[in-house]
Amino acid sequence: MFFEISLYLSLVIFASGVVYKASGWFRHDFVDGAHHASPGFRFNKALRGIVGSVCSLKLFILLKVLLLEVLFQTRTMKEDRFRWVMHLLISGGFTVLLLMHALGNIVTIHLFSEYYSSINPFLCIRDLMGILVLLGLIMAAYRRIILKKRYVKTRAVDYYALGILGLILISGFFLEGTKITSRTAYVQMIEDYASTDDEQELTALESFWVEDYGLVSPEVSPPFQKEILTLGKEVHEDNCAGCHSSPQWAFAGYTVAKLTGPFAISLDRFKVTTALWYIHILASFFALAYLPFSKMFHIIASPLSLLTNAVMVPERSHPASILTRQILEMDACTHCGTCSFHCSTAIASKTLGNVNILPSERMIAIKGLAAGNQLTEIDVRAIQEGIYLCTNCDRCTVVCPVGINLRELWFNVREFFIQKGYPEPLALSPYSFYRGLNRNKISSEDYSKPLESARAAISGKYEIRKDKVFDLTDGNAEYREALSRSSTEKSFSYCFACENCTTVCPVVGNYENPQEILGLLPHQIMRSVGLGIKDLTLGSRMLWDCVTCYQCQEHCPQGVHVTDILYELKNQAVKNTPVPTTSSIPATRVAGSTKGAS
Amino acid sequence: MRFALFLGCNIPARLQDYDLSSRAVLGRLGVDLTDIREFNCCGYPIRNFDFKAFLLSSARNIALANRHHLDMLVLCKCCYGSLKKADDVLRNDMSLREEINRILSEEGLKFEGNSEIKHLLSVMYHDIGIKKIKENITRPYSDLKIAVHYGCHALRPSPIVQFDDPVAPSLFDSLVEVTGAESIFWSTKLECCGAPLLGINDELSRDLTIRKLSDGRKSGADYLCTACPYCQMQFETVQKSKDVQDVGILTPSPVLFPQLLGLAMGISNGRLGIQTDQHGSNAIEAFLT
Repeated sequence: MFFEISLYLSLVIFASGVVYKASGWFRHDFVDGAHHASPGFRFNKALRGIVGSVCSLKLFILLKVLLLEVLFQTRTMKEDRFRWVMHLLISGGFTVLLLMHALGNIVTIHLFSEYYSSINPFLCIRDLMGILVLLGLIMAAYRRIILKKRYVKTRAVDYYALGILGLILISGFFLEGTKITSRTAYVQMIEDYASTDDEQELTALESFWVEDYGLVSPEVSPPFQKEILTLGKEVHEDNCAGCHSSPQWAFAGYTVAKLTGPFAISLDRFKVTTALWYIHILASFFALAYLPFSKMFHIIASPLSLLTNAVMVPERSHPASILTRQILEMDACTHCGTCSFHCSTAIASKTLGNVNILPSERMIAIKGLAAGNQLTEIDVRAIQEGIYLCTNCDRCTVVCPVGINLRELWFNVREFFIQKGYPEPLALSPYSFYRGLNRNKISSEDYSKPLESARAAISGKYEIRKDKVFDLTDGNAEYREALSRSSTEKSFSYCFACENCTTVCPVVGNYENPQEILGLLPHQIMRSVGLGIKDLTLGSRMLWDCVTCYQCQEHCPQGVHVTDILYELKNQAVKNTPVPTTSSIPATRVAGSTKGAS
Repeated sequence: MRFALFLGCNIPARLQDYDLSSRAVLGRLGVDLTDIREFNCCGYPIRNFDFKAFLLSSARNIALANRHHLDMLVLCKCCYGSLKKADDVLRNDMSLREEINRILSEEGLKFEGNSEIKHLLSVMYHDIGIKKIKENITRPYSDLKIAVHYGCHALRPSPIVQFDDPVAPSLFDSLVEVTGAESIFWSTKLECCGAPLLGINDELSRDLTIRKLSDGRKSGADYLCTACPYCQMQFETVQKSKDVQDVGILTPSPVLFPQLLGLAMGISNGRLGIQTDQHGSNAIEAFLT
């Protein structure tokens, strides 16, 4: 009764969880309200896409991907053999256990009429699979806790997955082991199945089971007389052997039985077998019920990600369908860390201390955002910075074992952030090159907005006004001093304002009225640095229109490191960008809201 | 002769032809390449944001090459300039080197300043040599006028990059002329391509590119030869943009140096990554003898 109730309860939670999570693929988003498509519309689009793919030649692609990438996990194999073996052990072993052991009376019995969990080969296969899964789990724990590959972070979600699987496995082995030794279990079986009530025969049977079947009994103890064992064996063959292979075949459980043998009588008295049964069953049911909410949900989402990405052509897909796929991909992520391991910019997280530079960690943050979680100002800034520091090298997309189109995801999420988030000074660096190449994917109004807001945020803090009187006292000395700390950059003091730098600058040369557009010209910036006027140096637009071609530096007769100084000033301006006000956070987002039509 | 090939971020993602053609040409010229998968961004873009993050990014690459006891062969000029800058800083500033090495030591890496950083063109000119390249030319060009685009971060700042004479460079011209093509004089030869501002100030970026394209056309160039992914992509992008096509600056098209050289060495289109349907590059074959 307990078993049935908890089974059905966990099944109900599991099923509603899957429906709830899957509905999120159509409800959640990270796009602007204006471009918003209703969940119904997105569901419809997705359904048509699925039907369209399955009823076309694409079906063969799907079958190929299902076989190679889903079942054999070839993408993982290509990147990391260790992880591939580990994952196959866990996924393969657990699948067999699920079908043959957990669902034995539903699945296996229909395939093999002679199925009985305690006879061979089923008895032996169960233990073998259990050991394979355990081996995989040990490899996983080794990889996460001891090996600690660079940038692979382990979070609570990962420990949970390892922990719950480990608990199911270990409790299973111990349950099996203590059951072998348990006299209570033995007596129960005699009551249920024995066709004799002859005292002598039963004693002989019990002796035989103690001798050969690992039973530990306070009633009989070895050494036994040969005749008793012979009689016991006869009784055994008449009553038990039909559905009981030798427990040595359950090698893992039998090992546990031998190890716990000395305490078997106490264990039996305290009903440890029963307790272990509850632990094993409850852990399994809990894992089942919680699966849609844990990272184990990737069992469902990752194959879907691999399959959709194999047949979906972004250029010919509706934006709403791409969005649906992207939300699905977030659930497909297993937080394995392969993307971060290969990330071109990951190294920057070491000096900048922003974990969102790592794609695997950013993914978790973005998942929260799409689900409508409220992010703090600090979170938003950190994610935005992390995502802007991406060089778009595509490596993460190439290596992702579950085939997530990360290139596209980062592009869209970055766009969301710079439109809705804080003014992003990094938008004024070559990190924007890729965005420039993809200008046609963004409306012209949206394209220039973040660039203008970044410029405004910086110049808003530093004023350049012709009528402003600048103070040349102590504060400036401090600023000048700070600049001089950098060995090459302090060369500004050699500047005698010959204007060579400005004359050779191709940016200055591009304008009829350069000063009006650029603020200060290169030689003026050098002089302002010399005078320590922070506002003039950091507020000039020239800094952000510099192409870093080094003509100025090359042609300076005084050896002033003009371009290097401009770099240094950019660093300072970015660091000092004003802290945003709450009004500009995408806090309210389109959190799960469903307003707006297609 | 073996080098660690440094591709950077743009080439594998957006300009695979440059990778492909460089390997084909270098292979033919007897240069072996080692791919180090652990290489990361050279630090070029992050230099605008944080100098130490830039140094660390660059230094890690140099340290990786050093671990393999190899010099680096760099295809991108922005990568080249950045790696050279970081190398120079870390060779001279011991306290910074110590700080960077402390972080690198977590991975068992160390910047020691033992690996040289060379651009593809320097390796061609100095390590392989004009003579050897000449021996490998099987189908020289005739009547082909090339405007060589040097690229800022290879030339300047000259004390750091030490690529060629920053005012009157000739290395790239010699390499182009060995293919039988003529390297023409054009006044904006040493100017910026405009790429650093793409995505930041597109108008200014485009103006700089158009100035170069117009100058190349006025000077009679058939093609504009590059050896940097940023420059190549910038010329391609601007030339493809609709308003430029309307103005009609369709020539000179940009061509990557290893593709130009590879064709003259008799290497097939496919191995050089030249698509026959692509506008521009395939037509260059018409100049082969």
